[in-house]
Amino acid sequence: MSMKRTNWPVTILLVIGSLIVLFPLYMTLMIAVKSPQEMADAVLAWPKEWHWSNFKEAVDMTNFSHAFQNSSIITVFAVIFTLLTNSLVSYAVARNMDKRLFKMLYFYFVSALFVPFPIIMLPLVKEVSKLGMNNQTGLIVLYVVYGIAFNLFLYVGYLRSIPAELEEAAVMDGASVWGTFWKVIFPLLSPINATVAILTCIWAWNDFLLPLIILSKPSMATLPLAQYIFQSKFGVQYNYAFASYLMALLPMIIVYLVAQRWIISGVVRGAVKS
Amino acid sequence: MRKNMTPFYLMVIPAFLLFFFFHTLPMLMGVFYSFTNWNGLSPSYKMVGFKNFLNVFQDPQVYSAYGFTFKFAILTTVIVNIISLAVAVGLNSRIKLKNTLRAVYFLPNILSMLIIGFIFNYFFSNILPDVMSKAGMSGLAFNILGSENTAWIGIVIVTVWQATAFNIILYLAGLQTIPADLYEASSLDGASKWKEFWHITFPMIAPFFTINMVLALKNFLMVFDQIVAMTGGGPAKSTTSISYLIFTDGFQGGSFSYQSANSVIYFIVIVVISMIQLKILQKREMSLS
Repeated sequence: MSMKRTNWPVTILLVIGSLIVLFPLYMTLMIAVKSPQEMADAVLAWPKEWHWSNFKEAVDMTNFSHAFQNSSIITVFAVIFTLLTNSLVSYAVARNMDKRLFKMLYFYFVSALFVPFPIIMLPLVKEVSKLGMNNQTGLIVLYVVYGIAFNLFLYVGYLRSIPAELEEAAVMDGASVWGTFWKVIFPLLSPINATVAILTCIWAWNDFLLPLIILSKPSMATLPLAQYIFQSKFGVQYNYAFASYLMALLPMIIVYLVAQRWIISGVVRGAVKS
Repeated sequence: MRKNMTPFYLMVIPAFLLFFFFHTLPMLMGVFYSFTNWNGLSPSYKMVGFKNFLNVFQDPQVYSAYGFTFKFAILTTVIVNIISLAVAVGLNSRIKLKNTLRAVYFLPNILSMLIIGFIFNYFFSNILPDVMSKAGMSGLAFNILGSENTAWIGIVIVTVWQATAFNIILYLAGLQTIPADLYEASSLDGASKWKEFWHITFPMIAPFFTINMVLALKNFLMVFDQIVAMTGGGPAKSTTSISYLIFTDGFQGGSFSYQSANSVIYFIVIVVISMIQLKILQKREMSLS
């Protein structure tokens, strides 16, 4: 191995390519920290003076802390309830796939992956608002329920690799099916739980369409939705707008910087299973 | 020993009911409304049979939305897969900064498409024309999002920027499953890199190619966020996708039942395409291996 040399041309090409990936974020930062005057002089140049006050303005204009709070609550609860419920449902299905009813249930959930969202979108809004669920709670419920279609698929694939003898032993010892699941199976699901948590988190945090049609008041807005609602407020004050975009992107970027390897392998595991 | 089934039923019944109520029921209602003349608001409506469907088939706006959506989705799928396969092969070769580069290329996957769309919107309308005119290419110094003929290109670019991330990582995972001795055997034969790619690498990652093509096309056919952020479906409706049309006209345009019919047709189209795609690509995979 050590005989082979580094492939420099490819390294250089990939570095150049990565600049294309980073450029929009660099541009966002540069605009976010400049004054309109400085931006007119040179948009992409390194700023002479950092106008952190742009961020304060943006926070006030878009009610950032409120939107951040909404996004956080929705994402955290969507992830927690998805893990607790979807794994349980998958367990029941995976351990009874030999029974017709459960097999049908499996295909029922998974076939929903083929249904394009627009077909359910219009009646869904009527239904949800009739129930008074056109708020954050309703949104969390929808993420958890819709998540089943794909998560069931992931969990069942993984559960099949766990030998049934483990739980049979627990049942012999007098544990209930519920107890067996929470004490024996759920801890064993950690790797796939991580994948489901990561995918749900990325989805719920960045989703725009569902909050757009479900949430009835601007005060309920999630971060992406808040950017959309307050877009007109910015007018030509691009510095405030970009400060606001940057703040909306930043929480996810920070999480990514910290847990990058974990996130990538989680997403890969989710995709390869499909 | 007979298994006690009660706990298993208790585990799945609530999930089934909720899923039926929030997913299947709205879908059935959508199908039902597509046979009515309901505008989404008025207290009464009546059944109109296939009238909505017949009208959808004659609607130039619907045809243009399908035209844009398919042009966009097919082209973007091809570009994304070419770029991401090339980058993945690069990342899998003997390079420096491997982990850093991998992390950078995956970054767009975790970012909000809507916000990325806003950022690119500014780039296309302010930065790019400026750069072009300074570079002496005044013919290209215009906002591509502002013209009927070029706005779709902007949507393609922003989508490629974001979507390659996921595909790169998936191809990379595929490349890492190829045993190294396969290459060693071929390098002894003096096989060229290009031949090596087509005869060893590509057949080995064929399943990943299948997943990427299917997922990418399916996602791109749903294109929505980018359009909201960049063009609002314009100019002159040239970038109105099917999802965007159903959304705007169904909710705001008062043609609820009409757009329901459109979405039923769309559903059938998507199912048929997914089936065909899987069949073709699986057959290819079989013949390759």
